[in-house]
Amino acid sequence: MSGRITDHPVLGKLPETRFVTFSFNNQEYEGAEGDSIAAALLANGIRTLRYHEESGSPRGIYCNIGHCFECRVTVDGEPGVRACLTPVKEGMTVESSGKLPSPVRDWRPEND
Amino acid sequence: MTDVIVIGAGPAGLSAAAVAAEKGLNVLVIDEYMKPGGRLLGQLYEEPDGSWWNGIEESAKLFNRAAEAGVTIKLQTPVNNIETTADGIWSVYTEEETFVTRHLLIATGAAEAPVPVPGWTLPGVMSVGAAQVMTNVHRVKPGNRGVIIGINVLSAAIAMELKLAGVEVASLSLPGKNSMTEESADPRKVLNSLLHVSHMAPSPLVRFGSRFLQNDIMKKLGVSFFPKNGVKMWDIPVQLRKAVIEIYGENEVEGVVMANVTSDGEVIKGTEERITADFVCIAGGLYPLAELAAVAGCPFYLIDELGGYVPLHNEQMETTLKGLYVAGNITGIEGAKVAAAQGTTAGLTIARNSGIHGLVKEIQLAIQSIKQTRDNASIQFHPEVKKGREIIQEKWEEHARALEGTGSEVTSEAEAGG
Repeated sequence: MSGRITDHPVLGKLPETRFVTFSFNNQEYEGAEGDSIAAALLANGIRTLRYHEESGSPRGIYCNIGHCFECRVTVDGEPGVRACLTPVKEGMTVESSGKLPSPVRDWRPEND
Repeated sequence: MTDVIVIGAGPAGLSAAAVAAEKGLNVLVIDEYMKPGGRLLGQLYEEPDGSWWNGIEESAKLFNRAAEAGVTIKLQTPVNNIETTADGIWSVYTEEETFVTRHLLIATGAAEAPVPVPGWTLPGVMSVGAAQVMTNVHRVKPGNRGVIIGINVLSAAIAMELKLAGVEVASLSLPGKNSMTEESADPRKVLNSLLHVSHMAPSPLVRFGSRFLQNDIMKKLGVSFFPKNGVKMWDIPVQLRKAVIEIYGENEVEGVVMANVTSDGEVIKGTEERITADFVCIAGGLYPLAELAAVAGCPFYLIDELGGYVPLHNEQMETTLKGLYVAGNITGIEGAKVAAAQGTTAGLTIARNSGIHGLVKEIQLAIQSIKQTRDNASIQFHPEVKKGREIIQEKWEEHARALEGTGSEVTSEAEAGG
């Protein structure tokens, strides 16, 4: 967990916290109790939270305070949950959503 | 029914809630974040007297005062809609419950304006406020080495906070010029606005620039003479003559393409260089987060000095709609101390409008206190904020005169319920 700021010259030492285990895309990770899902994943070096529904391009947090919805993930089966506003819990299952099938076909020859 | 509902548990909302509860009202505060304090939580800067303004401690003080006064605080609860459902009754809709009240305060604060830059959807690109929250609230580094796009009061303050936490900031620079970034990509305008931050903590940038700023010609010279490699502020290069024209990376941020710009912000071809970074912050400035006031039916005015569209309100923090109040950054972008003073005023106004007597003097003092807090603020987001406050007050008086003219009373519930 090299991403954590354990000592801060003004805010002081990180208070002792209990760690919880959760899964992200079937992989197990540890997060500090009280962390948002986004913060817990970033502390584990993970920035990519989902893939865009139409383009499939990777996305991560943008605003980190619930306004932009770029960090939406599926939590315990519930889709569209904002990773930046949701505290990580013991045993939580977090999944990235991915590109969705589109009924619109791109007819340009380069996409055949 | 709850006497008072407050939407937003930041400095304005918590102050209002505490005051109203201390006057004997029962108060419910609703906020979608998981901790109370709003964006005050992430704030960390050195006051001119050398003490530290610690947002986490300040938030705890506000929360404790509200809790001791008996305020109920519901966190992790987004509000989807508000409307008047009966005469003088406001309904507040959340996912699980609908709450009703006669006095509703909207204290939703501000949001950050994004600045479009090619590559800005890559993971690792975030608003500068996002990096602040990650660093100071969650205590997780947004990355090891970052570039901040957009030079303004907020980004300068957060650059310093990142450095304090041991995160390297490779550069603070301008966004490339396009139709969306005209103001923020013009070195002269940016330098000019930065120089208004005159009493912000020791700033070599301000000292450097102030020598040049006697008149408009000198302002141009100030930018022209600005060193190509920038000046250092808290050891961070501030580059008014460079702009980020692209963010690159395969699946995540790997760096930015930076180019020199003319004193008008035009990119000089052939000067492009790659700077490696694992995160990029975009700092487009703050604007009032006012959607709920808009769906309620409040009239709005665009006041640049206040940061954007603000709902019409008076000094006592009443809107034109009966029982609907606003306080904090929804009324204009200012610091947390001003927001708290506005919250106190709103809380007292709500108490008076709920039938509690003897508050006239106290409300007057609270309004005075907002102005004093503004005068003493060490950081000012907009140099002309006082002018902005005068404009909204004039608009309020115009509105009141127009109503007198038609003989109608100050209610627009028919519109709001619509």
